[in-house]
Amino acid sequence: MAEDIQTKLQNYRTAPFDARFPNQNQTRNCWSNYLDFHRCQKALDAKGVDTTPCDWYKRVYTSLCPISWVQKWDDQREEGNFPGKI
Amino acid sequence: MAFPSQLGFQDAASPVMEELLTFHDHALMIVFMISALIGYFIIAMVTANLSDMYILDSQEIEIIWTVLPAVVLILIALPSLRILYLMDEVNDPHLTIKAMGHQWYWSYEYTDYENLEFDSYMIPTQDLAPGQFRLLEADHRLIVPAESPIRVLVSAEDVLHSWAVPALGVKMDAVPGRLNQTAFIASRPGVVYGQCSEICGANHSFMPIVVEAVPLQQFEDWSALMIQDA
Ligand SMILES: [Cu+2]
Repeated sequence: MAEDIQTKLQNYRTAPFDARFPNQNQTRNCWSNYLDFHRCQKALDAKGVDTTPCDWYKRVYTSLCPISWVQKWDDQREEGNFPGKI
Repeated sequence: MAFPSQLGFQDAASPVMEELLTFHDHALMIVFMISALIGYFIIAMVTANLSDMYILDSQEIEIIWTVLPAVVLILIALPSLRILYLMDEVNDPHLTIKAMGHQWYWSYEYTDYENLEFDSYMIPTQDLAPGQFRLLEADHRLIVPAESPIRVLVSAEDVLHSWAVPALGVKMDAVPGRLNQTAFIASRPGVVYGQCSEICGANHSFMPIVVEAVPLQQFEDWSALMIQDA
C-alpha cells in the first residue's frame, strides 16, 4: 500500500478525472481535496503513522485550486476561522 | 487569427473547433436550402396570374409543413448535442492550467509541479513592434504544449470575465469563487488570439488572451526557465 502510493505520486502528471465531479463546475473538487488533505494529515498524525499517503490530495488540490484560494484558506486555518471541518 | 471584413469563423486550431466549423457549415446549408425553397415559393406565388384552387384549406400541405420543419430541427439538434457533450469531455489531461481574470488582465497558473504564476497584460499600441497586432498582443503568452490534452480551469478574482479563444473553440465564463473547467488540444504549434468576452469594466477591451502552442520539448524548456526566473 505504501509502495502503491509512492508509485502513484511519482507518476503524477495532473489531477486525473474524478467521477464525483464530472461537470464543468470544479469548485468542490478543489475544495474537497483541500479538506481531505488536512483531514488525512490530522487522522494519520493522531495515529502516529507516516502521512505520505496524504500527499496525493495535496498534489490534486494544488493542481486544481487557484493559488489565492489556497493562500486564503491557509491563512484562515492559521487564524482559526477556517469554515471547513477538519 | 481574424482578418479585416472576415465573414466566417477563424481557421480551426483544435479538433473541437473543426467539429464546430463542420456543424456551422451543416446548419448554414440547411438555412440556404430553406431560403431558396421559400424564396422560390414567394416569387412563384406573387408572379402567378392564376391561383391554385386547392391551395386553401389543404390538409396535405399543412401536414408537410408541420412534419418537415420538425425533421429539419432534429437534423440540427442531434449533431449540436453531440458537440455539446464532446466539448464537456475532459479526457485524461496532461496538464492543468488556471486562467484567472482580473480588472484588467489575465493571470495564469501552472501548479502541477511547481507554483508557476504570471500576469498577462496587453501591450499598449505605442509599444508594439512591427508586425504585432494592436489590442491583441500580450506581454506574457499562455504557453502550452501542442497536441496535448490541456485542462483549463477558469475563474476570476474580482468581477465576471470570460476566457475565449475562437480558434480553439473555447469560451468559458470566469466567475469569482467558482472554478469552471474546459479543455482543448492545440492541433499544431502556433499562436492564437482571443479577448475577454464578458463586459468587465473600463478596460474590458484591453485584456487580450494569447495562446502559444509549442512542441513539448520547448514547453519544458520554457517552464524550467520561468520557474528559474521566479
Ligand atoms: Cu474581462
